[in-house]
Amino acid sequence: MQTTPETAIDRRSDPVVVMDGVTKAFAGVPALRGASLTIGRGEVHALIGQNGAGKSTLVRILTGAHQRDGGHVIFDGQPVDFRTPIAAQQAGVSTIYQEINLVPYRSVAENIYLGREPRRFGILDRSTMNRNARTLLRRLEIDLDVERPLYELNIALQQMVALARALSFESKLVILDEPTSSLDDREVQTLFGVIRGLKRDGVAVLFITHRLDELYAVCDHVTIMRDGQTVADRPMAETTKIELVATMLGKELGEVRREGQTGFDEARRSKGHDAAPLLTIRNLRREPGLHEASIEIAPGETLGLAGLLGSGRTETARALFAADQPEGGDVQFDGRAVAFGGPADAIRAGIGFCSEDRKGEGIIPDLSVRENMTLAALPTLSRAGVVDPGQQQAIVDRFIDRLGIKTAGPDQRISELSGGNQQKVLLARWLCLNPRLLILDEPTRGIDVGAKAEIQGLIDELAGQGLSVLMISSELEELIEGADRVTVMRDGRSTVTMTHAEVSQDRLLGAMAQGVDPESADPSTRPASADAAGETGAVVGSGRGQ
Amino acid sequence: MASNLSSPAAGSTTSSGRTAIGSIGRSYGGLAALLLLIAYNAVFNAGAFLTVSSLRINLTQVAEIAIVATAMTLVIATGGIDLSVGSLMAIAGSIAPLILLSSAAPWDVPFLGGALAYVIPILVVAAFGAANGFLVASLRIQPIIATLILFISGRGIAQVIAGGRLKSFDEPGWQVIGQGRVLGIPVQAIIMVVVVVTAAWVLKRTVFGRYVLATGGNEEAARLAGVPVVRVKYAVYIVSAMLAGLAGLISIAINSASDPANVGQDMELNAIAAVAVGGTSLLGGRATIVGTFIGALIIQLTGYTLLTEGLSDATVRIVTAGAILGAVLLQRRAR
Repeated sequence: MQTTPETAIDRRSDPVVVMDGVTKAFAGVPALRGASLTIGRGEVHALIGQNGAGKSTLVRILTGAHQRDGGHVIFDGQPVDFRTPIAAQQAGVSTIYQEINLVPYRSVAENIYLGREPRRFGILDRSTMNRNARTLLRRLEIDLDVERPLYELNIALQQMVALARALSFESKLVILDEPTSSLDDREVQTLFGVIRGLKRDGVAVLFITHRLDELYAVCDHVTIMRDGQTVADRPMAETTKIELVATMLGKELGEVRREGQTGFDEARRSKGHDAAPLLTIRNLRREPGLHEASIEIAPGETLGLAGLLGSGRTETARALFAADQPEGGDVQFDGRAVAFGGPADAIRAGIGFCSEDRKGEGIIPDLSVRENMTLAALPTLSRAGVVDPGQQQAIVDRFIDRLGIKTAGPDQRISELSGGNQQKVLLARWLCLNPRLLILDEPTRGIDVGAKAEIQGLIDELAGQGLSVLMISSELEELIEGADRVTVMRDGRSTVTMTHAEVSQDRLLGAMAQGVDPESADPSTRPASADAAGETGAVVGSGRGQ
Repeated sequence: MASNLSSPAAGSTTSSGRTAIGSIGRSYGGLAALLLLIAYNAVFNAGAFLTVSSLRINLTQVAEIAIVATAMTLVIATGGIDLSVGSLMAIAGSIAPLILLSSAAPWDVPFLGGALAYVIPILVVAAFGAANGFLVASLRIQPIIATLILFISGRGIAQVIAGGRLKSFDEPGWQVIGQGRVLGIPVQAIIMVVVVVTAAWVLKRTVFGRYVLATGGNEEAARLAGVPVVRVKYAVYIVSAMLAGLAGLISIAINSASDPANVGQDMELNAIAAVAVGGTSLLGGRATIVGTFIGALIIQLTGYTLLTEGLSDATVRIVTAGAILGAVLLQRRAR
């Protein structure tokens, strides 16, 4: 469903939304630094960017959930300043979130007209309401009994109802925030049909997603954000996937690599691990985010896990650690098939896990550095359930010294430490257990440059001592310089694995965008994108033992 | 004393001056209020207050609140709350007389009947505590709702067990927990001190104590660090129920009678008030047992002071509520 260039230009000459130079800071921290967004009438517009790029802040300003600090917003030709989501909705901006905000025990028609039910003599006119609802759904080409209660419908159909509701408001813009994350392929196709229907009616759609294939299926135009700014605004048809990914990550294609951008020492990168793998995962699955992940890690090896947001990297780590129970797949650890009942089992087997969300899933803010550091090791530092303060203190002193943790003392509350020092405490939480495998999800996110290099150096040092590391990172330099091999994930599947010698920025970008390694893919046998996942096993196998 | 036995989170030495002052405020604000109450009574009420019998009365009356509030502190430290403690007191109090008044064979053996009249009621309420734990930890129902169920039904259960009647008994040996003295000190005051000191030690020195604070401080982080958060929650609700049961037994021992409609009435609110006044965060993750003990003493002495001034019971309730509000606001400012 591509528009011809002429109509695209017509639409953009009279846009429905123009946001320009928008700034916004939260508690002094800038989230938007002059972001812009232009959406033509009846245009399906994609908004993409990494975590923290500012997408949701920009959208929330448009929907009246946040107030901007600076810049202009023009909606439907008028300068606007929506103070509340209701004001935005009345002006014609409808938002459909992942979680449907409708009333489950009311009928489809009642939900569509919730709060605006047609009345006769002050009494609900049910027959008119149902008739109007049917007309509306027919316009969207949805076949649905309008008298059924909403809870009987699946998520996809509930979304359709939400869309019909948006249409009944005579919205000029519908915002879809990751609408497909819980839908199966056929449901996605139905949703796309509805989006095209909206477009025919002249309704613009702002589509936020992590799935690149979907952009090409339905979008006319794309806005790419990075670090609170808009870095690209292009017609979809003129942009390749790899360009999208490169722009999103702030990389130039064909860029010559500068070495030593991280604290990792490339001299340590191995030429291959011959020992039997410490960890082998086959077809690990946990819906909706993780369809099939297969990875292998040798003793003392650092395996990087690359991929875009929503590609299933974190889901793989959590399923492996049993933070979330996997729904399928085999895990072999240290030569034995294992099925962990929960994190405590994984920890006992010798695995540690540092979450990407340090604040939400890492630190216990009110507890001291000492208690945070020894939380996982307490059973080993106690006798009959009573903590041995001497042993505890010895461990804490040792790791404060060894990792160079800057703290007023072990009694200091961890929340008073800098991000880098908090991360070191959390690393120590696992190191004092002498683990075999450490899973690090974005180990240096939100950490200042100095501490970042220290932590990277530390990861190298630990790997040198025989610790295996699974390192998830959104920073390509970290994966290129810090990993012995890199497995790339895409849309919930592990795809290509590259050795340190093979890995390069362009190859990583290509694999993240298309699911295949651009330099090893044979174009005659491989379609450009989605089907590549079917060949996972073979590709993973070829990455090892060079 | 306060900073010594309270948790490291509350009493830690901190680098920044502001939190250091806040820490002192948390530990000593309640203590200052308590000393003020004592000073007031010592000056204006010396004749009645500075006597052995007045000390005994106050200790006797505060014991139940202090025991229940100590366990409540642990529950609140995990981010929960237990509204069922008053009803559980009534349940324990309704079971013991059945055993004491029974003439069936085992009860006639010296001491065995009395021992069972302590043990069985406490085990039964422990099972109810496990039920609270099941609702909160396994079914993930919000603690305030989960324990509201037993708050409402528990007193009814107690009345059914007691056959809807007040039961009097006279077992001086058994009633030692409410009426006995050791070296002139009421036995329940000794029990109270043992409970408070043990709980403070558990919170500070044991793995379980660390797990309680970690669970309340950041449940997901604790789970990912291998803390058995579900078991920890079960444990605190069971401990809370057992100590409530103990307080219920003390209550009926004092009165030589069990009235399921009245035993433990309002106890959940007094206990929560003692915890709040004591400076434990109701959000979980921080707790001070000694602070709770001071909080219980403040509530007790406020009531005592006003009653000796000749104010009515109704007035006492209103003024006590005001004192609780004042103490909580004081601690917020200190924080």
